Amino acid sequence: MTMVNNKKLGLFAVSAIAVVVLPFLVGGALGNSWVRILDFALLYVMLALGLNMVVGFAGLLDLGFIAFYAVGAYSYALLSSPHFGLHLPFYITIPIGAVLAAFFGILLGTPVLRLKGDYLAIVTLGFGEIIRIFINNLNAPINITNGPQGVNLIDPIQVGGFSFGKSFELFGQTFSNVYLYYYFFLVLTVGVVIMAWRLQHSRIGRAWVALREDDIAAAAMGINIRNIKLLAFALGALSGGVAGGLFSAFQGFVSPESFSLIESIMILAMIVLGGMGNIAGVVLGAVMLTIAPEILRSTIGPLQMAVFGKTIVDPENARMLLFGLAMVVMMLVRPEGAWPSKRRRMEFQDAKKGVSHG
Amino acid sequence: MAETLLKIEGIVKRFGGLVALNNVGLSINKGEIYGLIGPNGAGKTTLFNVLTGLYMPDEGTFTFAGKDLFRAKPHVVVGTGIARTFQNIRLFAEMTALENVMVGRHIRTKAGGLGAILRNKGTMDEERAIEAKARELLEYVGISSVADERARNLSYGHQRRLEIARALATEPTLLALDEPAAGMNPRETSDLKDLMAKIRNDGVTILLIEHDVKLMMGLCDRIAVLDYGKKIAEGVPEMVRNDPKVIEAYLGVAHA
Repeated sequence: MTMVNNKKLGLFAVSAIAVVVLPFLVGGALGNSWVRILDFALLYVMLALGLNMVVGFAGLLDLGFIAFYAVGAYSYALLSSPHFGLHLPFYITIPIGAVLAAFFGILLGTPVLRLKGDYLAIVTLGFGEIIRIFINNLNAPINITNGPQGVNLIDPIQVGGFSFGKSFELFGQTFSNVYLYYYFFLVLTVGVVIMAWRLQHSRIGRAWVALREDDIAAAAMGINIRNIKLLAFALGALSGGVAGGLFSAFQGFVSPESFSLIESIMILAMIVLGGMGNIAGVVLGAVMLTIAPEILRSTIGPLQMAVFGKTIVDPENARMLLFGLAMVVMMLVRPEGAWPSKRRRMEFQDAKKGVSHG
Repeated sequence: MAETLLKIEGIVKRFGGLVALNNVGLSINKGEIYGLIGPNGAGKTTLFNVLTGLYMPDEGTFTFAGKDLFRAKPHVVVGTGIARTFQNIRLFAEMTALENVMVGRHIRTKAGGLGAILRNKGTMDEERAIEAKARELLEYVGISSVADERARNLSYGHQRRLEIARALATEPTLLALDEPAAGMNPRETSDLKDLMAKIRNDGVTILLIEHDVKLMMGLCDRIAVLDYGKKIAEGVPEMVRNDPKVIEAYLGVAHA
């Protein structure tokens, strides 16, 4: 027993150290732009974990999740930028953004309580677009969001007078601010992981699984379907809102373009490819799908030049093409995702067996 | 006079033009086993769904333990003390037997999202109590050996028992069983009968739909007969068995 525990503890310690030193390895070998990509990977991990609460745990297919990211991002942007002349600190604006996103989660959840599956997906998709279009057009008659131009010069995170907005010096060396953000995001990501894990293994988590497996039986067992669905929407949106606020602070600029439908689809793809319902799988999926396109971006162009001597397919298009191909292959070979939960793997195995029996 | 636990009067349930339940009234006394029989399509399961909040009745009154449950939501009905099983077993197939019963404890426990995230002492104590109670119930219905098996992999008889354990986890005063013996062999049926007698002896009133007339006659204190959405007879088993209207409903009218 202690042997197993020691082994687990060892594995945990090794991965913890790996995660802590990772930006320095990556930054040293590949440059700061790759550390920046790691920062984004962490943001997407938070987003994917939030959506996973809705889709993976409670089984509610949500295609408009990016709206909550937008709510979080704009809350921060409007409260900490010259746009309104407000410069509230992050420990106020990020919680406000998170709570506001949760509120929007309930706002979306309420009218779709009776919908399931495809119908739910379509309505949530519409909701995501409505939020984006609202943001895009709320510059008149009163300028709230500054419309398509977006909000600029957003305050970076500041801790006790120390700004994350510029590079810093340590042991005589200058490091870019992307390192600071990495650790800041890492702490919050770990927080979201713990939150998701604890929810999953609780009375609430059980009720979500019950809802996902059979909503009528769940209702007949005394689960308040309305409240448990709204809780899933709210808590999922909460994580999305936190990630949104961080995104704002990190970028220093937000515009409606960042919150298009393709972003919602990407986050859903992270969950599905990683392994829906399994926290480790979702983290893996988010990291894979953030980093893989960047690797493709930096390799496709040079590769074509080397092989054909000229650019045949535009790298951006080729990237999406390969990406789509990878998804199709994945769905054929491993539809349960790269690292599924035990329960989900069983579901897929049973489904396969069912087909061969029939 | 026995104490009335559940009372419905004039219940009407329509599906479009079809009147599935037409002016149905019945009352169930505390501590009895009350049977509901009738030919296929008579409205037995519809009545069950009305009594457990899954269907909203169109007209009538419905009181249970002194509370008005007319058009109440399912979780309110369960909270008031009516639990049910399903004709075509509806377990949470990918959850273990133990987890299924733990879900049944939902309505009697409180921990919310915040408690789950913070894992404070109250939440953890409650969680342990939920598991202990669930194990106790698996033992009670005699399937504790399969506690960690997924519900899907259990034998048919075990699934039926698991559904009963899950329903009992909600601490019902009325347990509504929809054809619990369907598809069981005589041995399993006899075991089930013993289980139902044990549940009743422990103070839970039972409402039972069943096709096995022999089982019903031997087990039920009173029986109601539904036909085409109407109650055509009600009373002690012998009386119902000899009622000409019941015989007609089951065997048809003699065209002599």
